[in-house]
Amino acid sequence: MQTSAVERIFVKGNEAVAMAALEAGCRCYFGYPITPQSDIPEYLSRELPGRGGEFIQAESEIGAINMLLGASATGARAMTSSSGPGISLKQEGISYMAGSELPGVIVDVMRAGPGLGGIDASQADYWQATRGGGHGGYRIIVLAPASVQEMYDLTMLAFDLSDIYRMPAMVLADSVIGQMKESVTPNPRPQVVLPPKEWVVRGRAEGTPQNVVKSLYLGDGEMEAFHWKMQARYQELADNECRWEEVQTSDAELIVTAFGSTSRIAKTAVTMAREAGMKVGLMRPITLFPFPRKAYAALSERCKLFLDIELSTGQMIDDVRLSVARDADVAFYGRPPGAGSLPTPEELFEQIKKNYRARA
Amino acid sequence: MKQVFTRPESLKDVATHFCPGCHHGSVHRLVAEALDEFGIRSQTIGVASVGCSVFLYGYFDVDVIEAPHGRAPAVATGAKRARPDRIVFTYQGDGDLAAIGMSEIIHAANRGEDITVIFVNNTTYGMTGGQMAPTTLPGQKTSTSPYGRDVSKDGAPFKMAELLSNLDGVAFSARVALNSPRNVLNAKKMIKTAFRYQVEKKGFSFIEALASCPTNWGMNPLDANQRVTDEMIPYFPLGVYKNTANL
Repeated sequence: MQTSAVERIFVKGNEAVAMAALEAGCRCYFGYPITPQSDIPEYLSRELPGRGGEFIQAESEIGAINMLLGASATGARAMTSSSGPGISLKQEGISYMAGSELPGVIVDVMRAGPGLGGIDASQADYWQATRGGGHGGYRIIVLAPASVQEMYDLTMLAFDLSDIYRMPAMVLADSVIGQMKESVTPNPRPQVVLPPKEWVVRGRAEGTPQNVVKSLYLGDGEMEAFHWKMQARYQELADNECRWEEVQTSDAELIVTAFGSTSRIAKTAVTMAREAGMKVGLMRPITLFPFPRKAYAALSERCKLFLDIELSTGQMIDDVRLSVARDADVAFYGRPPGAGSLPTPEELFEQIKKNYRARA
Repeated sequence: MKQVFTRPESLKDVATHFCPGCHHGSVHRLVAEALDEFGIRSQTIGVASVGCSVFLYGYFDVDVIEAPHGRAPAVATGAKRARPDRIVFTYQGDGDLAAIGMSEIIHAANRGEDITVIFVNNTTYGMTGGQMAPTTLPGQKTSTSPYGRDVSKDGAPFKMAELLSNLDGVAFSARVALNSPRNVLNAKKMIKTAFRYQVEKKGFSFIEALASCPTNWGMNPLDANQRVTDEMIPYFPLGVYKNTANL
């Protein structure tokens, strides 16, 4: 809840993440330098020690994610952050955390790829984030901020959801949102009832059970049972935690859909279309996993044309197509990430016009 | 009648899955005795690694985190930084620690993390069926060095106790063996010293335990014990390589 007592501040998206982590009670941060997210470890290396927290610049991304695993296993709120090449290296640890039902927050400030790619904005790690980027078949919570304010608020939400559902949570941002400065209300930590962490390693005192944080299941049926349990948890997430934003969708004959920084540009293009008399709306998923499928399905009962816009050659469009009614069309406009490929509002307005004219 | 020998409290009363003649059980017991003697079982967090040692939690009656292959020192770092009031130890084999996990052990040691690392060196990957390890001896035949380890192509075995002792962050480093009563008694003393370092918050401690793997060496337990004396100890000399606090 926003209160007038909280002073607004003017900060970068990455700094907002670091500030929110502190407000959320993050006690341990482990990271490795990589552009465009190094403001996060820099901020926390300055601020964590004085608050009784631990900051380690790890030897590698692999070291950092495994330190997160170890700290989370003790019940501490902990975080790491990186960008594409580093997130790839962390996938082993993320898989182990998912397999061990460990919470923990991972911030991915996406940059262009594959390989070393570039440091410009990208949304091409959508699949890696939402499909469980490591081995074994699992999902993690994925939140997509579209403003510096959301960098702040969704980082705090990531800690809460991660603790409640006992699975890693990722804040999936990009270099535009990470590097951009906006004014932010540094909201206080939400009052959320969290389940007790009875499973943590803490030293097995007399009369308490042995706690083991593990992902190895060799017994007959054990691994299968684990997977079914997690499937039920993913369903619970989908039922309770989907978040999205709709803009002028109630009468829309074309609904633009985009997430993160691209949705900001799309929102301007939608406004341009409305000013030109076109009935166009915007659907912006905030949770990418769980994906707000029911919300898309509901919209597509009335509106039969969607235009999916991404800073990639098309990844979220898979989820959009899986979510809308079978008689709804999903058009696509995207540009691969890289220097100079961020679309302008005018460019997206042209795409809206083209698709709007062609609607049934 | 006075009972003079019993199972340490830190070990569970379970049957072992380790092969006949394997030294893992001996190392488990000595670590458990050290935990009992310091009275720290209820404060201890173990970090298991990948390989035969993964079943740590099946034997030790302590809380355990299972780490990805080679990452135990990083996992232990996270746990110890979050809970500096706990005793944290890792238990790793040679493939885990000296091959895939070389970066994690070197850096945890160099940071001087206040943890204890138990490194079991049996010159082979046990769990996966006897492949060449970073500590496989020159000329030693394994399932992936069928003509013997060729030092000109595979490099020479890592001497981890010596290597780590060169780092300023390491407070205690020792190599022990378990193939004779004398060596076991000495190993007990060294393992206890390693934990004493952590109990007294005196820094990173490291134990390399030379161990037999009769199954993957293709030997009976007695011959395997003899091999530790004849082949391993000459290449990996026993002793204390660093003892900064003279404990």
